Amino acid sequence: MNKLTSKLKGNKLAQIILLVLYVLITSLSLYLAQASVTAFLLLLFSLLLLYYTELPDRLKWLIAGVVLIGVIPFVSSTGPGYQSYMEVATVVGIYVAMALGLNIVVGLAGLLDLGFVAFFAIGAYTYGIFATGQAANFMPFGTFPLSGESFWIFILIGCFVAALFGVLLGIPVLRVKGDYLAIVTLGFGEIIRIVFNNLDKPVNITNGAMGLASVKPPEIFGYQFVYPNQFYFIVLAILFFVILAVRRFEFSKIGRSWKAVRENEIAAQSMGIHLVRTKLLAFAIGASFSGMMGVVFAAKQTFVDPTSFTLLESITILVMVILGGMGSVPGVILGAAVITILNLQVLTEVTNYLNQLSLDGVISFPEALAPAKMQRFIFGAILIIFAIYRPQGLIPSKNPVFDEESLKEGSKKHRNEQITVEPDKGFQA
Amino acid sequence: MLAEILQSLPQVLVDGIALGAIYAVIALGYTMVYGILELINFAHGEIFMTGAFIGVAMLILMTGMGWLAAMPAILALILVLVVTSILTGFMGVGIERMAYRPLRNSPKLITLISAIGVSFLLQDLVRFITEYKRGNYILTGPSMFNEQFSIKFSSISSSFSDAFFKTSTLILIIAVVIMMIGLDFFVNKTKWGMAMRAVAQDRETASLMSINVNKVISLTFFIGSALGGATGVLFAVQYGTIDPYIGFILGLKAFTAAVLGGIGNIRGAMAGGLMLGILEMFAAANLQLLTGGIFGAEYKDVFAFAILIVVLIFKPEGLFGKAVTEKV
Amino acid sequence: MGIKRGLKVLAVSALSLGLLAGCNSSGGSEGSNGGGGSGKVIKIATQTPLSGGSATLGESIKLGAQLALEENKKKFEDLGYKLQLQPYDDQADPKKGVANAQLIGSDKSILGVVGHLNSGVSIPSSEVYEKYKVPMVSPANTATEVTDRGLKTVNRIVARDDFQGPAGADFAINKLGAKKIFVIQDKTAYGTGLADAFKKAAEEAGAEILGYEGITVGEKDFNGVLTQVLSKKPDLVFFGGLYTEGGQLIRQARDKGIKIPFMGGDGMDSSTLVEIAGDAVENVYYTSVAADASKSTEGKDFSSKYKEKFNKNVESYSAYGYDSMSVLLKGLEAAIEGSDGDLPAREKVAEEIRKIQDFQGVVTKVGFDDIGDNKFAKVYIYKFSEAKYPGVQEGEISK
Repeated sequence: MNKLTSKLKGNKLAQIILLVLYVLITSLSLYLAQASVTAFLLLLFSLLLLYYTELPDRLKWLIAGVVLIGVIPFVSSTGPGYQSYMEVATVVGIYVAMALGLNIVVGLAGLLDLGFVAFFAIGAYTYGIFATGQAANFMPFGTFPLSGESFWIFILIGCFVAALFGVLLGIPVLRVKGDYLAIVTLGFGEIIRIVFNNLDKPVNITNGAMGLASVKPPEIFGYQFVYPNQFYFIVLAILFFVILAVRRFEFSKIGRSWKAVRENEIAAQSMGIHLVRTKLLAFAIGASFSGMMGVVFAAKQTFVDPTSFTLLESITILVMVILGGMGSVPGVILGAAVITILNLQVLTEVTNYLNQLSLDGVISFPEALAPAKMQRFIFGAILIIFAIYRPQGLIPSKNPVFDEESLKEGSKKHRNEQITVEPDKGFQA
Repeated sequence: MLAEILQSLPQVLVDGIALGAIYAVIALGYTMVYGILELINFAHGEIFMTGAFIGVAMLILMTGMGWLAAMPAILALILVLVVTSILTGFMGVGIERMAYRPLRNSPKLITLISAIGVSFLLQDLVRFITEYKRGNYILTGPSMFNEQFSIKFSSISSSFSDAFFKTSTLILIIAVVIMMIGLDFFVNKTKWGMAMRAVAQDRETASLMSINVNKVISLTFFIGSALGGATGVLFAVQYGTIDPYIGFILGLKAFTAAVLGGIGNIRGAMAGGLMLGILEMFAAANLQLLTGGIFGAEYKDVFAFAILIVVLIFKPEGLFGKAVTEKV
Repeated sequence: MGIKRGLKVLAVSALSLGLLAGCNSSGGSEGSNGGGGSGKVIKIATQTPLSGGSATLGESIKLGAQLALEENKKKFEDLGYKLQLQPYDDQADPKKGVANAQLIGSDKSILGVVGHLNSGVSIPSSEVYEKYKVPMVSPANTATEVTDRGLKTVNRIVARDDFQGPAGADFAINKLGAKKIFVIQDKTAYGTGLADAFKKAAEEAGAEILGYEGITVGEKDFNGVLTQVLSKKPDLVFFGGLYTEGGQLIRQARDKGIKIPFMGGDGMDSSTLVEIAGDAVENVYYTSVAADASKSTEGKDFSSKYKEKFNKNVESYSAYGYDSMSVLLKGLEAAIEGSDGDLPAREKVAEEIRKIQDFQGVVTKVGFDDIGDNKFAKVYIYKFSEAKYPGVQEGEISK
């Protein structure tokens, strides 16, 4: 194994051949095996392999794009499991965006937010209220529901409204720090949920616990988005911008100030970082990703109600961030994918399998032990194990380290900059 | 309107004190741990919940074996309380050893995440065991101390109505008062209590004064968890039915109470708990009336969390705490 | 970015492999069972909460459906098909319900769904079923929205909220003579829907609504709201919600000396209610769409079979689950007749189910109207006179 890896290391051609081979084999098996969850997951796994190759970044992006846009939808489209794969992939995309948002708040700025799902709820309700007849209850003008074409504008509106709430929450909340912040955000998340659950009187805004049904699906030029395979592409497009934005922010001045605030607030302040502004920005940007995906979620589910936005959701998103690695973008993507797939596919399938066995009388299997019920147990265990043994997560975040000498030379010659990468020390203490 | 509020006030007070007493004891657990480790022990609410389950399981077992009928109920309760608090006390110590001690020098964020993990783990563990044993994780204990009483407030003044309560409420309040006085005495008058206060003030200096810091921390967890577990039993006797998810929100409110009274301040936590209980009960009974039907009792949790947020923002040292400037 | 961090890669791949190993087994089973027309396996899914606060009810639906399915196994084997039950856990969470619905929709061998318990889950999930033409028979959803959307695949055998609520109100006012009523609901889709319908009907019938309050699901202390009841002195308290909170509420009310009758909907129709409330359950009424199973011979039969098979007592929803499955299978049988040994098309099954006009179940007669509501849905009123489940049937109201 070690020999193999050392041989592969540095040999880009071999890597690319192996990768293409892997993608080909898995897609072929998915193509032929039809309803095989394993093949689908193995195909997704190729993206992780891609991450570990030594190819130039541009090529990696290109390959990832080809796999996500072309290979996955095409190969799975023939099988009967097509829509359910696409549903899972869509939900994964939604959670990836939210986890990336929370990653900015928790991972980069070091502010533990336990009520993050509130922003998701705000996004979902923003679209839900106006894309059903609900808005007519309190809006004196305009005809509701708005048509599905407004969806595209609402992605932006959802983003801004959530960001606004992020700032509104942030202003008072940032006076407290550390553990207090965690508990205040938790309280805020609960308040938002309870308020949404009760805002059917005196003016019926959210329709309370009954929820908003028959939300208009997105529409463009008369073409309606109804099936998961259609939403998949919407989510992919938004995700592309989100990842782009996160990568941009991370290594910009703002990103560095977040990390500085995370490591030591007072030191950061004395270096001239505006504390409040930096933290508010983290809250607003993190919230805006959630808001956008909230809009997509509302359109995809065609139903919004407060039970989708419980504390367990906030914790789930936090688990994704911790599992993947706080502050690490590829890590968080991996974490979100693993947890969502675990939740939606693996636990359900394993439970079904065990149920089938016990129905057939092969084994006697206590209902209480069903893996689908063990969600909290699994999340709890992940949190503890990773906190103690691997606080930096599956893929630790990296800070680019610049070689001083080559920088000096580079400034002379304006070329040949060499960047090496070293693990981020932030969470290894 | 005022007349109506006054009318129901005695009942609100009785119920509020009962609920507040529970908040107060759980708040003690939060406040003691926070005072020493500066950690919100999220798992504390779950220890309370586990205590309730252990207590009910014991009561059911004793009923099944006929012991409950054979001995006076109060004796049985005391036995259950003692056993449960010892068990949950050791559980608390174990949790500290496994999940918090390895992280003592890590960033606070990591420890907090570990605490949330413990909390979720415990919820599911209790859920699993109960469901496995009984097929349903909602557990109803044997009915005890159900004799009803009423205090005739109406005889004092006709603007009050009578307040109803049952024996278990009385037992709950007496037990809580005993626990609080005991703890207060322990912390302020004994050598170990002094050591606890010293560690809370400055861990390193305390260790230089030949105080075994690890032992003191373990002791703190033991006492806090034992009190929490005992409260769980009292809660189960008072309300009858329990499920594995009672601990989280209740714990959160108890934490609110601890913050209200000034975190790290034991007497403050007691006062904060009582205040929160009464306020919450008052809100549930009167919000509808006060807001002319716009907000109802369903907003009482919003009320509790809003108090938490407001106190944290404007008076983070709590109502009875001293403001501390941050050490750099 | 090298591959030098072998350990980390190992950790990552170990985790992923663990995941894959988990689904390998299940994926395999899917392949062998669900291979289209070759095996002639017909699966019927149930989707109910098997975990979470309302697991008792969800589980009883599943078990009821399972019983009906197993009884019909033989018949379908003679027709050349192997029936299988595929239970899903929707966790009372709309997201989970929709994701499961996608799985159900894409598994071609699933030809019907019995579910859900919660209307909030049922509504978004049924949108997915409609897309894939999977017929659904609901054993428990009473919200009007479920069938009012006019979906072709959605049917229910229980009464609607706007029938159950008024029926309760009618009984409360005319039979119990309640003039002043206090309404409490649990702020869920089910509780709100039922309580609203009750309140509206009671107001129209001339009763005075003294208060309309909400409580929080999962709480244990409802003394605040009960203090209001105490000071307003109504003749009757109506609770829209499920048994867990209902039992707790009744118990605490009796502790406060509130002796007036309580009334609830079918969500209170559970043995756990009696377990929680104990003796306090006396003088509690509830409306239910199920006839007393112990009164008819079929009902008694069902109860004893259920008890024998699962070693659990019958809950009200077990019978609904049983009847829903029976109705679904009857439709399936009709669809099979014309299918010539192949798997019948889902559209056909849905059509045949909707066509059912006269089916006698264990607890209810079933006949669907053009939006899938049961024409024969009746509401029965029960009363608890002692701590014993089920209560005594007091009245019967049909449309």
